Amino acid sequence: MIEMQDVWKTYPDGTVALQGINVVIERNEFVYVVGPSGAGKSTFMKLIYREEVPSKGHLSVNGFNIGKLKHRKIPYIRRNIGVIFQDYRLLPKLSAFENVAFAMEVIESPRRLIKRRTMEVLDLVGLKHKANSLPAQLSGGEQQRIAIARAIVNNPAVIVADEPTGNLDPETSWGIMKLLEEINFRGTTIVMATHNKEIVNSLRKRVIAIERGSIVRDQQRGEYGYEN
Amino acid sequence: MKISTLARHLREGVKNVGRNGWMSIASISSIAVSLFILGVFMLLALNVNKVADQIESKVTIRAYLQVTANQAKIDEVERSIKRIPEVKSVKFVSKDEGLKQLRESMGEEGKAALEGYNSENNPLPDAFEIEVFDPQTVSYVAKKVMAINETDASKPVTDVRYGKGTIEKLFRITNAVRNIGLIFVAGLAVMAMFLISTTIKMTIIARRREISIMKMVGATNSFIRWPFFIEGALIGIIGSVVTAAVLLFGYSELTSTTQTDIGYYMIQLATLKDVGWIVTGSILAIGTLLGIWGSTISVRKYLKV
Ligand SMILES: Nc1ncnc2c1ncn2[C@@H]1O[C@H](COP(=O)(O)OP(=O)(O)OP(=O)(O)O)[C@@H](O)[C@H]1O
Ligand SMILES: [Mg+2]
Repeated sequence: MIEMQDVWKTYPDGTVALQGINVVIERNEFVYVVGPSGAGKSTFMKLIYREEVPSKGHLSVNGFNIGKLKHRKIPYIRRNIGVIFQDYRLLPKLSAFENVAFAMEVIESPRRLIKRRTMEVLDLVGLKHKANSLPAQLSGGEQQRIAIARAIVNNPAVIVADEPTGNLDPETSWGIMKLLEEINFRGTTIVMATHNKEIVNSLRKRVIAIERGSIVRDQQRGEYGYEN
Repeated sequence: MKISTLARHLREGVKNVGRNGWMSIASISSIAVSLFILGVFMLLALNVNKVADQIESKVTIRAYLQVTANQAKIDEVERSIKRIPEVKSVKFVSKDEGLKQLRESMGEEGKAALEGYNSENNPLPDAFEIEVFDPQTVSYVAKKVMAINETDASKPVTDVRYGKGTIEKLFRITNAVRNIGLIFVAGLAVMAMFLISTTIKMTIIARRREISIMKMVGATNSFIRWPFFIEGALIGIIGSVVTAAVLLFGYSELTSTTQTDIGYYMIQLATLKDVGWIVTGSILAIGTLLGIWGSTISVRKYLKV
């Protein structure tokens, strides 16, 4: 599913964020990416959804060589990758329904299908009844659920989540984790960067630890491994 | 592109104008103000043209003849005038006709002053009324007519008259107004473009987030560009329609109140029918293009295409 061979990332200002990453993530895996602040977790994620390109090395996602991808092909790659952020990134002037439907409009799905599928995923995240609410009228957890609904609405092969529970209280975070687990159970690969010790240690999954741009630990059913 | 997608872009473009409330109003106003000034200048230029045409068409030369000139001499002079290539037509105005014309042009008060003059004691000389093809050649032709005397010992032409000086000055003024108008209009169009691109740039900066989210969920660049394109066009169209309506209404008011006053002096403003279509068409075309152009360059910059 995701394959990195000796991947390096140097930002234009000279910061070396990743150095010599080698990793294979299989279809339907659930992976936590952990590590201290500034270690390169977000950079690792950005490479996967092609926000950044590797400076060196080989990276393929879903069979596509991401590093060599032509510019006009990028949108089509992104359609197969759902992205979730700490800050939700919803459009404030669109309703919950519209925020989710948006991702389907963008790929030119038929309107009838958009309506049906959007209601379906809103139901899945448990927010069918909030379809007409604006983001400002929703709690943080509810907003993140909408963001998740948007990420999965087009049935992507992979979900990349960068600290999805970073802004949420423990109870709400658990709700989000249950949802991600359910999505993973239905066949979607999930890569999630997190600082949440409790979650990593209770909901045991594969753990990849990055420090100063290198993978220092890669463990099935691993633990968080840091104090914070 | 699918019809449903085009419909979506149209819908989005229209909605965005509403969603961006004040931004849209700012853009529309800047287009409207620029176009309004442009329109005023267009109307001015069109009227200067019209007035210049009217004055130009009235520019004729009058060549007065020796009172003693007989019919043969008159015919000879007429032939000489006709030989000048710049001359369009020559019309003989007999002294009786001249007196009649003078009476008419002087109106009521002239009647009294010209009382007692008749064809017996008419002091006016016979004359030729000469029209030229190009009004700018009036003074040249006048000199040539006067020069007939040099080849004729009887010196049949006593005087050649046209609005000497004033006409030349008028031509200089109308030409200058036309040129300055043209430069001014071009300058304003450039200024309007900058204003619009700045406003739309601001609109897009305000919506960077939206664009980045669109990209995140896999929108193609053309998909992202379309609604902005439509939004720009719409802003341009609204701005120009408002401007055209205000201009045409204002102009019709202006012409209906001033026509009677100015009409006396035989100079008429261009009518609404004369200028309406060209002004509306130009404003609409320029406004729409400005809107599209402004949004296109701004979007390109932020999509880095
Ligand atoms: N766009 C950028 N330009 C230059 N340097 C960057 C850029 N983005 C990140 N970096 C640097 O790269 C390094 C890795 O950053 P990254 O965001 O991947 O860390 P992280 O592990 O996600 O940290 P955190 O846990 O705080 O989110 C840091 O030193 C950071 O300052
Ligand atoms: Mg990060």
